[in-house]
Amino acid sequence: MVVPVSYYLALSIALFALGVIGVLIRRNVLVILMCIEMMLNAVNLAFIGFADYFKAVDGQMFVFFVMTVAAAEVAVGLALIVAIFRNRATVYVDELNILKW
Amino acid sequence: MQIIFFILAGVALVSGGLVVFQRHPLRSALWLIVNFFAVAGIYLLAHAEFIAAIQVIVYAGAIMVLFLFVIMLLNLREPEAEARFMHLGQKVGGIILAGFTVLLLIYGVLQVVLPPGKAAPPGLGNTESIARLLFTDYLLPFEVTSVLLLVAIVGAVVLAKSKLK
Amino acid sequence: MMDYVWLIPLFPFVGFLINGLVGKSLPKNVVGTIGSVAVGLSFLVTVCIFFQFLKLPPGARAVEKVVFTWIASGTFQAQAAFLIDPLSLIMLLIVSGVSTLIHIYSVSYMHEEEGFYRFFTYLNLFVCMMLILVSANNFLLMFVGWEGVGLCSYLLIGYYYEKQSASDAGKKAFVVNRIGDFGFLLGIFLIFWTFGSINFREVFALAAKYPVGAGIITAITLCLFLGATGKSAQLPLYTWLPDAMEGPTPVSALIHAATMVTAGVYMVARCSALYSLAPISLTVVATVGALTAIFAATIGMAQFDIKRVLAYSTVSQLGYMFLACGVGAYVSGIFHLMTHAFFKALLFLGSGSVMHGLSGELDMRKMGDLKKHMPITYWTFLLATLAIAGIFPFAGFFSKDEILLHSLVDGKAIYWGIATAAAFITAFYMFRAVFMTFHGESRVDHHVAHHIHESPPLMTVPLMILAGLSVVGGFVGIPLIEGANVFRDFLAPAITPVAFRAAAHPTATFELGMMLFSMTVAGLGIYTAYKMYILFPDLPTQITEKFRTIYDLVYHKYYVDEVYDTVVVEPIKEGSNLLWTVVDAKGVDGVVNGSAGIIAYLSAHLRKLETGFVQNYAFAILLGVVVITGYLIGR
Repeated sequence: MVVPVSYYLALSIALFALGVIGVLIRRNVLVILMCIEMMLNAVNLAFIGFADYFKAVDGQMFVFFVMTVAAAEVAVGLALIVAIFRNRATVYVDELNILKW
Repeated sequence: MQIIFFILAGVALVSGGLVVFQRHPLRSALWLIVNFFAVAGIYLLAHAEFIAAIQVIVYAGAIMVLFLFVIMLLNLREPEAEARFMHLGQKVGGIILAGFTVLLLIYGVLQVVLPPGKAAPPGLGNTESIARLLFTDYLLPFEVTSVLLLVAIVGAVVLAKSKLK
Repeated sequence: MMDYVWLIPLFPFVGFLINGLVGKSLPKNVVGTIGSVAVGLSFLVTVCIFFQFLKLPPGARAVEKVVFTWIASGTFQAQAAFLIDPLSLIMLLIVSGVSTLIHIYSVSYMHEEEGFYRFFTYLNLFVCMMLILVSANNFLLMFVGWEGVGLCSYLLIGYYYEKQSASDAGKKAFVVNRIGDFGFLLGIFLIFWTFGSINFREVFALAAKYPVGAGIITAITLCLFLGATGKSAQLPLYTWLPDAMEGPTPVSALIHAATMVTAGVYMVARCSALYSLAPISLTVVATVGALTAIFAATIGMAQFDIKRVLAYSTVSQLGYMFLACGVGAYVSGIFHLMTHAFFKALLFLGSGSVMHGLSGELDMRKMGDLKKHMPITYWTFLLATLAIAGIFPFAGFFSKDEILLHSLVDGKAIYWGIATAAAFITAFYMFRAVFMTFHGESRVDHHVAHHIHESPPLMTVPLMILAGLSVVGGFVGIPLIEGANVFRDFLAPAITPVAFRAAAHPTATFELGMMLFSMTVAGLGIYTAYKMYILFPDLPTQITEKFRTIYDLVYHKYYVDEVYDTVVVEPIKEGSNLLWTVVDAKGVDGVVNGSAGIIAYLSAHLRKLETGFVQNYAFAILLGVVVITGYLIGR
């Protein structure tokens, strides 16, 4: 029994929305970064769903690249967080507002 | 198969929700690993065996370990004393906007009517077919990602160094 | 040869470029030579063209040479083109000839000055512009020359720019001329608006179809005449010319006596076709001319600065020329312009020579008895004085007599009365100048007295040439004898005579009587001066004491400068101050500062949007994504 593509999309949308909520409402920058990872995953899921539906491997190819980018992003992002923490001793984004005005 | 999908989807959603709403980032990270595993299972259902494997290896393995390391490294204040969320306006606004996003995406998806899919031919999405494509049509992007990763490594090292000389 | 007419203004221009660009590093002799040779070449070309021109039949004596089309916009056409006709040729000859002599004179006169190259640069540019002015074939190109000479005049009056009075005089000349130029420009606009062309010959041909006294023609000619009063120093815009004497003396000779100031007369004569159709304008021209002649002459009586005497005499003589034009005797006006160029240039150069000998002294009360020290200067100066006084057979006699005659037969008796009175005064004050400078007892300062010397040949030779011209220059226009007035016959094709009244034909006896009368008047003037300054040197003081009020009035030039200051300059200053402090500082600045203030106020509130919280920005980004995707999907 084949899983319809719409199921994949529905799950993808739900996970994406969870990620959005996390990014928008959490204070902890580490959790925000995790939520971004979750959104990326949601998009990957949509790719995989379509790849399965169209019987083409190209969608999986994209997932592969997205993962690479995600890995790079996490590496740099975490390094940034460490650097910021060293300077400001906080991981809460509402305490990091020197860009104001 | 659909039953397996529903189970995995339920696990993914619940763990995803816990990622967002857990107080301690360490727990969020652990729940995110669960989420990744569930998504990897769904990948298997969709005949993406190779992707499922690297989802587990790269995401649930390498990236999440990195997260956990950083959380340990930062040795955070006692999170029980801290508010989890932003102030009310941002919180309500964010949730409403996320809801809008969902509605919009659903509406968008519903615009497209797709015929039911066919059964997958054998060998789709296994390592061999991916490798064939990766080293022929996608050779250049593949090589470029290696450069990207190198840059990321250098950047991360420079940023995380305690003091610049 | 006529095809090379463009060479005439080009030579001085090249001289201007060379002296202006590299003159500073050239030795003075080279600079002077370049300047003089450039103008001399122009004179040579002009002479060649003149002789070729004479071969043309009188009917075909108007040649246009187009060099290039300068401005073409719609129906508006302005060409860089030259009109060679008797009038422009006469002017070209006068300008380039007198300029050449004055350039040569200047080489020696200015030799000790700082910025020698600067002087020749300006002088060459001036000559170039003046030649363009008199040879242009349309009003706009003429205006270029008109403005160009104005600029050079300003630069040269303010040549000693370290001196406050010199730079003030330069500014005054510029501003006063600007008033006249405004009128001239309006006149050009009106001409284009009326005739659709600015080419002289086209305009004059079209104007001939208008009836005598047409309003538009009157308006045009009055506007043009306003320009002429500015440039030619007529009432009420004459005040800049006496102050222009702050410039070096050769400049006074060239620009403020012989050439530039006559541009107005030239322009009126050039537009004779228009003026002859406008009786009102002619009356205005004649009246202004006559009044200026007597007005300036009376001021000249009481001045002690020799250059100022000459300056007022210039104003007065220009008044004569306008009087001539105003009564329709354009030829006489141009004739007087020419003879005046000779003897007035000579007078100024002579006064320069006196200054040179007296280490820069200008006050006639500190001169006297220079006759034996500076014989050449004395004799040439005397010849010029006789010429300007109108004594037979010197040049001024012929031209001035013609003007007097025409003012009576073509004009009104009052014109003639004024002109005759002015002639008397002219003879008086010019001889007063001669007697005070060269005769009587020496009143020279002791330390200057030892250095009195005749000027070097480079200065005296131009004096002698000009003296020769002042003596014989009048014989081109011999009256009475049929066919002997070569000047009139030559110039006639370029002039449109007044058509609305019959030409008067005075009898030979009448003319002869007029001549004798004017000679007598001039002689009386000379005798009066002789009596007052040679026979009874105390007499002037007594008279001055007796008529204190009148004398003061005249000595202070009728307080015209003061009146202008109070009536025009001060209110403008006050008004400008008001505009500055109230309208600009409060009004305009207020609007500018106010709008800036509003922006600052709004931004002060708008910047609160920039919270610095990264999630606010993420929210905004997502909102944008939703809106745009929503638009794309729901389209």
